[in-house]
Amino acid sequence: MPKASRILSYFEALNEATVQVMENDPSVFLFGLDVDDHLGINGTTLGLSQRFGEGRVFGTPLSEDAMTGIAIGSAMAGQRPIHVHIRMDFLMLCMNQLINVAAKAHYMYGGTVKVPMVVRSIIGKSWGQGAQHSQGLHSLFMHVPGLKVLAPSNAYDAKGCLIEAVEDDNPVIFVEHRLLYGTKAEVPEEVYRVPFGKAKVVCEGNDVTIVGISNMVVECLRANKILEGVGISSEIIDPVSLMPLDLKTIAASVKKTGHLIVVDNGWTACGASAEIVASVSELLGDRLIKTTRLGYQPTTCPTSPVLEKVFYPNPVTIAEKTFSMVKPGSPEWHPSPELAELAYQTEFKGPF
Amino acid sequence: MEETSLAARLYRSQKLIRRAEEEIARIYPTDKIKSPVHLSIGQEAAAAGVCEALQPEDIVSITYRGHAGYIAKGAPLKKMFAELFGKSLGCAAGKGGSMHLVSMQDGVLGASAVVGTTIPVAAGVALALKQRQEKRVVVCFLGDGATEEGVFCETINFAVLKRLPILFVCENNGFAIHSPLSKRWSTLDLLSRVKTFGLSCHDVPDGNPFVVYQEAAKAVMDIRRGGVPGFLNVAVYRWKQHVGPGEDFHVGYRDQAEYKRWVKRDPIELVGKTLSEKTRNVIDNEVEEKIAAAIKFAEDAPWPNQLETFSQVYA
Ligand SMILES: Cc1ncc(C[n+]2csc(CCOP(=O)(O)OP(=O)(O)O)c2C)c(N)n1
Repeated sequence: MPKASRILSYFEALNEATVQVMENDPSVFLFGLDVDDHLGINGTTLGLSQRFGEGRVFGTPLSEDAMTGIAIGSAMAGQRPIHVHIRMDFLMLCMNQLINVAAKAHYMYGGTVKVPMVVRSIIGKSWGQGAQHSQGLHSLFMHVPGLKVLAPSNAYDAKGCLIEAVEDDNPVIFVEHRLLYGTKAEVPEEVYRVPFGKAKVVCEGNDVTIVGISNMVVECLRANKILEGVGISSEIIDPVSLMPLDLKTIAASVKKTGHLIVVDNGWTACGASAEIVASVSELLGDRLIKTTRLGYQPTTCPTSPVLEKVFYPNPVTIAEKTFSMVKPGSPEWHPSPELAELAYQTEFKGPF
Repeated sequence: MEETSLAARLYRSQKLIRRAEEEIARIYPTDKIKSPVHLSIGQEAAAAGVCEALQPEDIVSITYRGHAGYIAKGAPLKKMFAELFGKSLGCAAGKGGSMHLVSMQDGVLGASAVVGTTIPVAAGVALALKQRQEKRVVVCFLGDGATEEGVFCETINFAVLKRLPILFVCENNGFAIHSPLSKRWSTLDLLSRVKTFGLSCHDVPDGNPFVVYQEAAKAVMDIRRGGVPGFLNVAVYRWKQHVGPGEDFHVGYRDQAEYKRWVKRDPIELVGKTLSEKTRNVIDNEVEEKIAAAIKFAEDAPWPNQLETFSQVYA
């Protein structure tokens, strides 16, 4: 008998997944700056150090580069570390270890070692996070063979993905988004897995395929509501797993709709959106499809609220872009700017 | 004139920092400041004492907890408030916010929100000064947590190797967010560790602003004469939460009794009590006027044009 589902927040789902993997496997441990304080990384690690003790859940010095190497070494020796970073921007300090060692060790040492580790990190947004606390850098990791990349957009996937990631024998970059922690979904109590390489059709439609990445799935669903008002039916797809990427599901949808728009939580140049559009085009061969992309504006994230507003895609810019692709030649259409108010502007308050 | 004495200067500088940050804390709940703020209330002695030992043409590198260093170095308060308000007349044109204060013309290098990243950059500035045979000195402020980043060791090694004109100043408040030194350092003896690299070390274990000034002045003079780079450890205490305007004693990671001990030797009172009441009043009024004018400037300043989102990506 499967256990019941409850409604859980994204942060609770991650917390529960961690408890379950740590209970099931003594080789799993969790560490990183501030994982053991009273805020517990947005609640995702709250109570874990009390439950599992300092040996398995501990804070670290500010030494991300070394800590990443230490995670790698412990993983090579048979442990399963989960290394947590409160911002994805801080992964820049880990790049050498992640890309030159973690990604390559299994191959470079002829399959004689494995690096089963999970690197959790959070994309920041809003409230003046600014240039260095807001970057979605998942595409950097998608670029490098040997790394897997997950970006769950809801509580259900968060739990299933984290369990899948910890049990996997490879280094996994686990991408979270600050504005997702409070979002709720039905989450089963039992241990379950959301597999790598399987995209989800979040909402079915016929006119256009909209792929949203991480938190952008939420914005795409809002855009969908606006588009319904002008008779455009969109099929929204959440890739969940960015590497490996489920191109089949996306391509099948685009085959049906003939239109693909990818909305990323990152820049478009050489980004996840570029990869998805290129791969789908290749896969569909000589079929005539229209494609376009949206992401961060090609600039640095500013702090002033009036500039920050321009920086991110929002439901209105997504809807407008979709409209002009699906109905070329129609008179310009601008939905009410009130609809552009992102959830964070009404829901989220500082300081952090 | 008592108003221009060392005590008066230290009092003025610290008071301006304290009151400006108290105003930030007061304004914060109105949502006009949409950016994370890391306050130095309680820690003013470090920035004020060190900057007092500098010349206007000297350079400081500050951190995201940088209001104090920015103010103490004499950068314009108006532009700081405008920056916090996200306005076009801010010191970073509304693009940086509280964590990225900058004022190159006043010798304030831009702050970084990624801990430790400014340390080698400051040394790079010192290298340039040395290459150009300028007599200026760079002061690199950093937190105790920043000394844990590999780049700290890499930089101090290079700085000594090349005899760069730089003084590293550790604003040692004992915590990195909520984590105390005891959970982060193998040995609490930071100065012995640093000394092995060959830096000239100075310590102010009680955070007394007069002593901070004296030690900094000694170190800076030495560096200006071509001596080895310096390292100054200043013990301070952060009265407010790590980020944001409030207090955080209720959450239990630190001891309120310790806070009370530090409040008893409030660096501002410590200096203030050596001055006459009249002098204090003159300075206090001056400070209040300056802050009121800065806030008004920020309130009245225009928002950036949205096209500015795209400017300055490339030089
Ligand atoms: C490289 C990096 N790691 C982690 C963080 C998160 N973080 C912000 S401030 C801080 C504590 C830094 O402590 P310290 O250097 O002592 O300075 P303080 O905040 O006490 O002034 C941490 C861990 C960061 N900003 N950058």
